[in-house]
Amino acid sequence: MGHYKMLDGNYAAVEALKMAGVKVISAYPITPQSSISEKLAELVDEGELNAKYIRVESEHTAMSCAVGAQLTGVRAATATSSVGLALMHEVLNVAAGLRVPLVMPVVNRSLASPWSLWCDHQDTMAERDSGWIQLYCENVQDVFDSVIMAYRIAEHPDVLTPAMVCLDGFFLSHSMQKVLVPEQEEIDRFVGEYKAVNLRLDPKDPILINNLTSPDEITEMKYQQAAGFRNAKRVMGEVFQEFAELFGRKKSVVEGYRTDDADAVIVTLGSMSGTAKYVVNHMREKGYKVGAAKVVSFRPFPYEELRRVLENAAKVAVLDRTTGFGAQGAPLWLEVKSALDGCKLVKSYIGGLAGRDVSMWSIENALMDIMEERSAKPDTKWIDLQGDPMNLRQVLMNV
Amino acid sequence: MFDIVKEASGLVSHGVSACAGCGLELIIRNVLGVLGEDTTIVIPPGCSALFCGYGPNAGMRVSGLQGNLENTAAYAAGIKAGYAMQGNHHTTVLGFAGDGATVDIGIQSLSGVMERRDKVMYICYDNEAYMNTGIQGSSSSPVGAWTTTTPGGKPTRRKDLLRIAMAHDIPYCASASLANIPDLRKKVQKAKDTDGPSLLHIHCPCPTGWRYHPSKTIEVAKSAVQSGAWLLYEYCDGNITVNTKFKELKPIEVYFSLQGRFKGVNDEGMAEIQQQVKSQYEALLALAGLE
Amino acid sequence: MQRQQEKPTSKLRRFRLYGPCSHVFDASHTGSWRVERPDVAFDKCVKCGICATCCPANVITVDKGSAECVRIMWDYCKGCGICANECPQKAIAMIPERSVK
Repeated sequence: MGHYKMLDGNYAAVEALKMAGVKVISAYPITPQSSISEKLAELVDEGELNAKYIRVESEHTAMSCAVGAQLTGVRAATATSSVGLALMHEVLNVAAGLRVPLVMPVVNRSLASPWSLWCDHQDTMAERDSGWIQLYCENVQDVFDSVIMAYRIAEHPDVLTPAMVCLDGFFLSHSMQKVLVPEQEEIDRFVGEYKAVNLRLDPKDPILINNLTSPDEITEMKYQQAAGFRNAKRVMGEVFQEFAELFGRKKSVVEGYRTDDADAVIVTLGSMSGTAKYVVNHMREKGYKVGAAKVVSFRPFPYEELRRVLENAAKVAVLDRTTGFGAQGAPLWLEVKSALDGCKLVKSYIGGLAGRDVSMWSIENALMDIMEERSAKPDTKWIDLQGDPMNLRQVLMNV
Repeated sequence: MFDIVKEASGLVSHGVSACAGCGLELIIRNVLGVLGEDTTIVIPPGCSALFCGYGPNAGMRVSGLQGNLENTAAYAAGIKAGYAMQGNHHTTVLGFAGDGATVDIGIQSLSGVMERRDKVMYICYDNEAYMNTGIQGSSSSPVGAWTTTTPGGKPTRRKDLLRIAMAHDIPYCASASLANIPDLRKKVQKAKDTDGPSLLHIHCPCPTGWRYHPSKTIEVAKSAVQSGAWLLYEYCDGNITVNTKFKELKPIEVYFSLQGRFKGVNDEGMAEIQQQVKSQYEALLALAGLE
Repeated sequence: MQRQQEKPTSKLRRFRLYGPCSHVFDASHTGSWRVERPDVAFDKCVKCGICATCCPANVITVDKGSAECVRIMWDYCKGCGICANECPQKAIAMIPERSVK
């Protein structure tokens, strides 16, 4: 049945990696992920986790080691944030193309420049086409559950696609919450032993992996990856249901909150989704028919499910914690807009960048704004912009 | 498991589209000849990736992974750890990369392996430029050498890979050359038997990039050794052994004149390089406690 | 006896794998590149084996018991000429590929 533990998001991720029986760990410290690297090293050092800890010299190497290790037939683990994820970019694509079903917690943090230590989704959004599944977490329990479920999804023979479990830096990574941790036997039954069912390095059964491939075949290999994502949707449904039956916690690829009779709905990702629900309740008390929708799986994106959740809403506000420069709207908005096929008013809101709090005010402001919006094609609105944004620095210089 | 379409007398196919007279081809056959089937090889993109094959066709029959340009050592460390966690401590995990993938873009991940003392064997076949992309200069290109990115001759001296390895105090590293194939094979065996990281730096003449006739590969390799342009030595548990010692080095001009890439070196430059080569050799002897 | 019969005759089975890998050990017909080919004067050959050791394509076999003591796999010999250059007896000459001896 499990027991309750007080864990922050990083330790919840570590707990899940440990219980999944990772055998090789290659991690590099970066704020706010560092405590994941530290805790895993400690568990290995104390003999609580039977694994080899490779103290790598960069995130690029962290991902390369993990890919190499998992190709031999063991679960490998790493975790990162921000520019660390960006440094992994090249190898993320290799992991995906080789169909190595790694599971990696990513502690969301803004990308430089400017330097920031704090949360937004620029890092993972920059990797949304790297061929990884992306699950976003609302709270610390979600982090634990998502990592566990990600193994089942990623490793399914019809999926074979690596998965990022995205948790908001500091808001989740360093927030202590009560987490129900199942017993090891329960996790063992649910996750199972790792078996490499695809490309594998084995001197007794040798093949050469990842060699130069001609244009005659690459389109087809990319189609195989696309099929993996299509299958991931089905498998996610099955895994979520099995998890709910075993552990009593329900999850879905997109979760609607009071959306059935809502005129306006706000769509969010990650930890701000909790605030959104709170604001919805608050505004309902004042008589506004509003709802919230939390996207859990950003890749694959749940188009049909989102359409169902937003069926009755006339207006949809999409709050992105990232920018989407040069596009008509930010990344989550683009997906929602294309899911809804132009039949609703969908407006892009940008806020909560680099750790700026997505407050009750920001969300209420977005919902009030969209209810008053009359334009069919509204511009993107920066919801928490302060003062005179073009006039931040005035510096003395030689002429 | 490989489908054998055309048999070969070793682990490497006879028909691999390396250039005629390719030094690398001779090196990889000898290396795999010593290491045998119980090997997992990691090869970055580059000339040696030819041996990973094209599409379904393979040029070697050992297990292996083609990595990226900068992470050969990193993949190898991960693979070694994965094997070890499954009780396989016997398979040789070999990183096999050119000079660009080693001393330039790959030096960080290699340094990581050496510092952590991961039990990875690493070979840098050094053809002294980025040959597969079209002879661009690397930090291992020798001073004076023409490459497509040093059209006026390389103005700076090369990076010294073995001294970098020795600075990490790894248990075994050595230079080798096609000038002495039995010595090369002996060193491959020693590197394989090393408990910890081992590194071989193998001089790899390239007719295409060095501008000499393909028949001269061994001759050029020998001339490099005799002139002191390529020094043969080993570093084993802290001790340096100089494998080839000379009363007097042959003039560097002899080695240079065999190749087209040094045509731009004038008399003054030649004298300067000659002096550098001589002092490098003397420095090595001093390091080995021989002088 | 019963158990032996149940054993499959071969443990090899074909699996479908996704992603890039090479598994067909093959050889390109690199002999077609040849512009010149090595021509061995067998009477001069002392069967030292240096040509075989130095051949990058590993296509030379020295057979001490045979009159035609140096055999070359013509399908793969690229005609680089290293064997001729390294032969201590100068027993190998490079001749134009299409010429007749």
